Amino acid sequence: MKIFKIHVQDGTSFSCRSDQPVLIAMERANVSSISVGCRGGGCGACKVRVLSGRYRCGRMSRAHITEQEQALGYALSCKMYPESDLSLVHVRQAFGMRDIEEL
Amino acid sequence: MAITGVLRPGFVQLRVLDMEPAIVHYRDRLGLSEVSREADGRVYMHAIDDFDRHCVVLREADAPGMDYMGFKVKSDADLDHFKSRLQALGVETTDIPAGEQPGLGRRVSFVAPTGHRFDLFADMEEAANPPQTKNPDVYQFEPRGMGVCRFDHCLLYGDDLDGTVKLFTEALDFEIAENVTTPDGLCVGAFLACSTKAHDVAFIRHEEKNKFHHASFYLEDWSEVGKAADIIARYNMSLDIGPTRHGITRGKTIYFFDPSGNRNEVFTGGYMFYPDHPHRNWDASELGKGIFYYERKLNERFLTVVT
Repeated sequence: MKIFKIHVQDGTSFSCRSDQPVLIAMERANVSSISVGCRGGGCGACKVRVLSGRYRCGRMSRAHITEQEQALGYALSCKMYPESDLSLVHVRQAFGMRDIEEL
Repeated sequence: MAITGVLRPGFVQLRVLDMEPAIVHYRDRLGLSEVSREADGRVYMHAIDDFDRHCVVLREADAPGMDYMGFKVKSDADLDHFKSRLQALGVETTDIPAGEQPGLGRRVSFVAPTGHRFDLFADMEEAANPPQTKNPDVYQFEPRGMGVCRFDHCLLYGDDLDGTVKLFTEALDFEIAENVTTPDGLCVGAFLACSTKAHDVAFIRHEEKNKFHHASFYLEDWSEVGKAADIIARYNMSLDIGPTRHGITRGKTIYFFDPSGNRNEVFTGGYMFYPDHPHRNWDASELGKGIFYYERKLNERFLTVVT
């Protein structure tokens, strides 16, 4: 088990064990750079694009990460385990609180 | 009035990314029992208060969500009755022969304007271990995990809310127990009852069709909601929110996610709805209190995260 540093493009960073999903490590570090949804690879809220680093992924909803996107470095961070330090950018989903408040 | 026609939610078929963790979740954490695994990979599960064979069907797929929800009708003749009423409203129906799911009779299937598929059925094989009916104990076997009594309802997100509400009220005799409207009269949420529950199915207006918000399971009392929270923490399950209470329906609740990201609720309480009752209405501006009565504020994850 190793510990890696995860850097998010908004300037925050936190530590993540190699056996721990990136999103869970972020929550435990009390960081909120990435939206937290279902934590099960289903909803797409925690989608990220990896700018640098190595990682592996568990199964993710193909409705949110297509095979092509996965090959391009997109992932759901709740299903993503680091294998090196990582640099990420959060890909925010379109539908959010603003739309609800406008109802 | 006795309940006739559409009686109750019967089952829900959910898609999961990985079957084994899903079975652990629904069997060991919620407390359902595995009834069978079929050659096509689907797994069937039973809740302790079910007289019918199964109430949850799990299917492994590459994206989670709901395949369809089944409602039980009182008689086989009701299937033809509701089929013709659906068709009279311009809704296309599909006949699904008996046996497509083990132990399940023929179904009349349709897709509602919000994009969700629903199946009506009249017959399902009796459960192997139904609740006792002669000098019945409170249960035959001690409940496992959260010990949910039954599958209770779904909340679904979709675009043509008005169309789906019209279908359920005009073709299937559901009543609007409670709804949420904007100042200009747009309905953004509808809680529909076919029985004396505050909701048997509910819909929220959302830009995409056919989205799944949660499947809900019933608990006996508020202390069991606390016990469910203990289990969620003990097994590091993905918590959404709770324990808390809804203004809408008055249910006492906790929300969490299955390992594939499908939201579950376990809840208790809620008022009784009878067909002579007026429907309750919430202003969209009061939605915070309507959804989470104790917190009294909107919660982005609860409102926007769906599968």
